[in-house]
Amino acid sequence: MTNRSMPPISRRTLLTGAAGAATLAVAPGLRAPAIAQNAPLKVGLMLPYTGTYARLGKFIDDGFRLYVERKGGKLGGREIAFVQVDDESKPAAATDNMNRLVGREKVDVVVGTVHSGVAMAMVKVARDTGTLLIIPNAGANDATGPACAPNVFRSSFSNWQPNYPMGKVMFDAGHRNVATITWKYAAGIEQMVAFKEGFAKAGGNVVENLTLPFPEVEFQALITRIAQIKPDAVHAFFAGGGAVKFVKDYAAAGLDKSIPLYGAGFLTDGTLAAQGAAANGIKTTLHYADNLDNPANIAFLKAFKDKTGHVGDIYAVQGYDAAALLEVGMAAAGGDVKQRDKMIAAMGAAKIDSPRGPLSFNKAHNPIQNIYLREVRNGRNEMVAIAQKDVDDPARGCKLT
Amino acid sequence: MMPRWLVPLVLLAIAAALPFGVSTYYVQFIGKAFIMGMLAMALNLAVGHGGMVSICHAAFFGLAGYVLALMSPGYDPASLVLTLPVAAAASGFVALVIGALALRTRGAYFIMVTLAFGEMMFFLFHDTDIAGGSDGTYVNAKPEIAIAGHRLLDLASPLAFYYVVLALLIATIVLLTVLLRSPFGHALAAARDNERRARSLGFPVYRIRLTAFAISGAIAGVAGYFATAQFGFVAPEMLGWHLSATVLVMVLIGGLRSVTGPLVGALVLIGLEEVLKASTDYWKLAEGLIVILIVLSMPNGVRQLWPLIFGATGDAATRPARVPAEANHV
Amino acid sequence: MDLVTFGVQLLNAVQYGMVLFLVASGLTLVFGILGVINLAHGAFYMLGAYLAYWIATYTGSFALAMAGGVAIAFVVGLLLETVFIRRLYGRDHLAQVLLSFGLILSIDEAREILFGKDVHSVAPPAWLAGSFQLTDNLSYPVYRLAICAFCLVVAALIFLVVTRTRIGMIVRAGAENREMTRVLGIRFDVVNRYVFAVGIALAALGGIVVAPVSTVFPGMGDGMLILSFVVVVLGGIGSVAGAAIGALLIGLTDTFGKVFFPSVSSVLIYVLMAAVLLWRPNGILGRREV
Repeated sequence: MTNRSMPPISRRTLLTGAAGAATLAVAPGLRAPAIAQNAPLKVGLMLPYTGTYARLGKFIDDGFRLYVERKGGKLGGREIAFVQVDDESKPAAATDNMNRLVGREKVDVVVGTVHSGVAMAMVKVARDTGTLLIIPNAGANDATGPACAPNVFRSSFSNWQPNYPMGKVMFDAGHRNVATITWKYAAGIEQMVAFKEGFAKAGGNVVENLTLPFPEVEFQALITRIAQIKPDAVHAFFAGGGAVKFVKDYAAAGLDKSIPLYGAGFLTDGTLAAQGAAANGIKTTLHYADNLDNPANIAFLKAFKDKTGHVGDIYAVQGYDAAALLEVGMAAAGGDVKQRDKMIAAMGAAKIDSPRGPLSFNKAHNPIQNIYLREVRNGRNEMVAIAQKDVDDPARGCKLT
Repeated sequence: MMPRWLVPLVLLAIAAALPFGVSTYYVQFIGKAFIMGMLAMALNLAVGHGGMVSICHAAFFGLAGYVLALMSPGYDPASLVLTLPVAAAASGFVALVIGALALRTRGAYFIMVTLAFGEMMFFLFHDTDIAGGSDGTYVNAKPEIAIAGHRLLDLASPLAFYYVVLALLIATIVLLTVLLRSPFGHALAAARDNERRARSLGFPVYRIRLTAFAISGAIAGVAGYFATAQFGFVAPEMLGWHLSATVLVMVLIGGLRSVTGPLVGALVLIGLEEVLKASTDYWKLAEGLIVILIVLSMPNGVRQLWPLIFGATGDAATRPARVPAEANHV
Repeated sequence: MDLVTFGVQLLNAVQYGMVLFLVASGLTLVFGILGVINLAHGAFYMLGAYLAYWIATYTGSFALAMAGGVAIAFVVGLLLETVFIRRLYGRDHLAQVLLSFGLILSIDEAREILFGKDVHSVAPPAWLAGSFQLTDNLSYPVYRLAICAFCLVVAALIFLVVTRTRIGMIVRAGAENREMTRVLGIRFDVVNRYVFAVGIALAALGGIVVAPVSTVFPGMGDGMLILSFVVVVLGGIGSVAGAAIGALLIGLTDTFGKVFFPSVSSVLIYVLMAAVLLWRPNGILGRREV
């Protein structure tokens, strides 16, 4: 509708997971039911390939493709073909983009996305059309809360999960009065509410909740405000380019020396190289740490490095696990997506040996997973402790049983 | 050649028969294009007929969407009969207020001021808690007309939605045509062509322009209402100036001096985008260059091409009517 | 709010206002003298930031990035004037708006082809990288002060050129009465070309200067464009002094708005604009008719 809101699905971005499957994927005539079993499974990747979250989208994409490649280009015996859409992290275009994938491209499964607002629009279309959706990042509580549906899964986290355990962590570190700072959008607000819930339960007090509109990055006025109110510590949520700038500005203002900075793990994940020394000592909670030494993580990091030349991170893991989850479903249905009930039941009961540690799902299809306390050392998010084991999400408002 | 009166009837018949010929995706797509056409025609009342170059019509468009979203009761459908007039009135009223301020200025100021006020509306919904902030908000059920629990019209059906939009499109064309042929329309044109002369003839120029601006805002609101209903979602971007400028491009493509030209412009531009997107990754570059080319070579829109294609006719819209310099002065 | 914090916020406000001035002064010059509304002004701000990132990455020198970025923007400005903008003189504003909108789309895409679409950060020059202690727990980055100082110097230069030199006289005369100046034998096609290029270079310079304190990202020109328009509307079209006043007013409104009314701070700017319009429809230092 607007020029900035409609990213393309071009012929050239129609990529296939397996060589030779390309022609099958784009030739609509071959999608006849009789040979549906042989036609590749069409996976729509709706991710941010541009904008603040572009790098995150790329890593999720790489992670997903890596898993498929490691399985020989097949999941549950079906070849995989990909259709890519850039959602630009713009909620306004989300419904339109999702409709293109479902209505025009006729994909079997949609995987996406990073931005919560976009993801919620996708959940809505998925609910209306019954399309199978796997969310590989966006943590909007609602997606596995009031808006939960049998055909909607999440391979990442709910905003509640990494933040609630942080309350106890910070209280135990001796902080009583804490200021929070975040972007004022659904993800930021939900994360801070969860932190406040955990912190209040532990006995602490949030003295001020500072916000600025998403995705603004002019932090100077708010940093001055933090220096003025002098809390014991600050809990922050930003991600991508905004996280880089916040951590640098915070250090440039000298606050890192007097007021320790904590955060949801996204503050320092995938952005450490750009943050440099400014990030040293920041403690965050997340469902992953860079130096987890379980075999699955070691194998994953090596394979990811070989494929992309980059060091894998949580976003790549979430993409990787989304493919693993899809494989569980495809295997149970014998590669036939028409056997939805079997597929969904198997995915809901999946126990995945994820690089992040043991991963299972609750009734709302949100992950149950460990939340780790990490500290930035040597340019890595190194694990300090398990902040809380097997954290489930309360899934408030979800009517699935 | 067909007789001229037959052309609209044939077009209408094609539009009415369309849902039976193409897939649901394209019915939705054409419906979206019609809604943008309605917005472009509304904008042209201000720009082409009133000489007021506004870059804030997306704000009126989006505002109506927000009114629908805020009036929709949770997961139940809102009443069309109740919410549509309120949404249109809200857009019209805001257009009246912005217009009252902006019309105190002239020329380039007017453009900048409308641009700025449009962005104010954008930030109003982007930065505050009114309705979901930058995330936007959802309309979970499409509006309906129901009497005593009995559903007369349910927009949830794509077919019903399409025909309602088509009907409103025709209503908009009729309304604008009647309006522009009335004494009010002549006064508006007179004020555009020569403000001083219009003043000396005793026309209340300010009031005439303000009225036209408000009506144009209200029609933009109706379009925005249906755009929101169609996708069940409204976000601040719907109020942003990129959309305003895009619609202005539609108006220019279609031609400033006719009622239905902007509709043609909307269909051309949206069709062009769809084709460009499917054929190149750099569709914005192509579109940008095409816009520049049109501005430089065809000040009266692609309608200028029609005589070349169909042979010269006496159609008023194809006459090379250069925009008079006075049009700048509003 | 204690006095020290107030002082720091004031500093933030002024620094923000100075950058705004840099960008808006280019816009107001181009409009005042050429009579062309350039919506693509913000795109050049964005382009400047990307050029700074690109040159700084390859050469490691911020000074080179600055010189190179401004020079490239200036040349691009000359080219654009010759190819497109000169065809707009005397055309209605609608054509100008749309042509520059077409330019925005093209420049956005060109940037994507040349520099990609990632978010980047640029390191300030090493000798400005430090910060100094302001209050017991707050230090202030030296670079932000340097921005203030630099913008002041540029502002002073612009004033000097416009009010004290022959070029400035020609430029002012052209804005007041084009026909008369032409009779005096002044080549307006040349003046126009250079004024446009300078305007573009100022926008790019703004982008370059903020690159180290802001991040460099694709949509950064949009917000700046609108704010520059508001600055020009507040100050009066074509008035450099007005642009300075307008920019500082917006810097103050935005910074203190963020502190006291965080959720409506962006709206406050426009409320300010509406108030000024009611009071003086042609801006604070604007001429009666445009």
